[in-house]
Amino acid sequence: MLRRIAFAALLLAGPAFAVGLPSEMLQDPAQEARAREIGRELRCLVCQNQSIEDSEAGLARDLRRIVRERVSAGESDAQVVAFVHDRYGDFVLLRPPFNAVTAVLWGAPLLALGGGVLAIVLSRRRMRSALVAEVAPLSPEERARLAALELIEEDKRIS
Amino acid sequence: MATTSRRVLMLAPLGLAAAGGAGFYAMLRGMGSGSYDPKGVPSVLVGKPAPAFVLPALDEAGVPGLEDSALRELPAPVLVNFWASWCVPCIVEHPQLMTLAREGVPVFGINYKDKPVDAAAFLARRGNPFQRLGRDEPGRVAIDWGVYGVPETYILDRKGIIRWRWPGPVTPEVLAQDIRPLLRRHA
Repeated sequence: MLRRIAFAALLLAGPAFAVGLPSEMLQDPAQEARAREIGRELRCLVCQNQSIEDSEAGLARDLRRIVRERVSAGESDAQVVAFVHDRYGDFVLLRPPFNAVTAVLWGAPLLALGGGVLAIVLSRRRMRSALVAEVAPLSPEERARLAALELIEEDKRIS
Repeated sequence: MATTSRRVLMLAPLGLAAAGGAGFYAMLRGMGSGSYDPKGVPSVLVGKPAPAFVLPALDEAGVPGLEDSALRELPAPVLVNFWASWCVPCIVEHPQLMTLAREGVPVFGINYKDKPVDAAAFLARRGNPFQRLGRDEPGRVAIDWGVYGVPETYILDRKGIIRWRWPGPVTPEVLAQDIRPLLRRHA
């Protein structure tokens, strides 16, 4: 029973964030929510596959603090992101922007979809043309063989 | 017509696999030689001057602190090295910085998130290669430079434009293959 309750509690538990210390959080819950929203879009450059909100790395903590300072100073989300982006480049954005370098990255799903559609269209067209294709008329020899076979069949039926 | 298009379709996956294989091979080779690092964060500062900053000196080191105005007009290209006494790769690269300093190459240091006592002990024990040394205990100036770990080394040309950034220790190979040619080119 106790195990079940513990399991249920595990299921109910929300995602854990590294911002656990009340001293790190902003007083205003709306501003804190905004800071978290921004932080979740920024990559921790030390651990790389975590956002700065999820990471315990020292640099992530510093960046969280900077995000909160700027939010409470009244900057817009875009301004706060731009501050970090100006220093660490596209790599810091967990959602990469569309530019010449990332064009292939963003275009790959479209290319794959286009390729698939093209393959389907081509194979369907080939199938249809195979069904509709005119059957070549019988050659004189084939006609003669067919006639002979039909004669044999007829003989069998008569006898 | 029908047969050629079918042949092309059959060859397409092979061509795709070949292109992918060639790409992955190039990436692996680059990772082996160090020219390609999938985890590397390219510096946005390359081609730009150093960001504005003023850092206090480490008194025990006996050299002035560091500020961006000292990185504008320079008699020779300089190295700016971010380091800390608690950083193990910084110990690995220290002899290379000492070599450069002995040869007269200006090496400027930024001591990152360190206690002055520890930083002073590090330099007392291993030597001080820095002509100027700023203390960045809060680590804010490092963030302005886009530093994401120590050690990191930058080369600035005589106009103060950042030409090169190396995240990681300056090994003897990095010194010979990257730093010396860069210093010659920007001399």
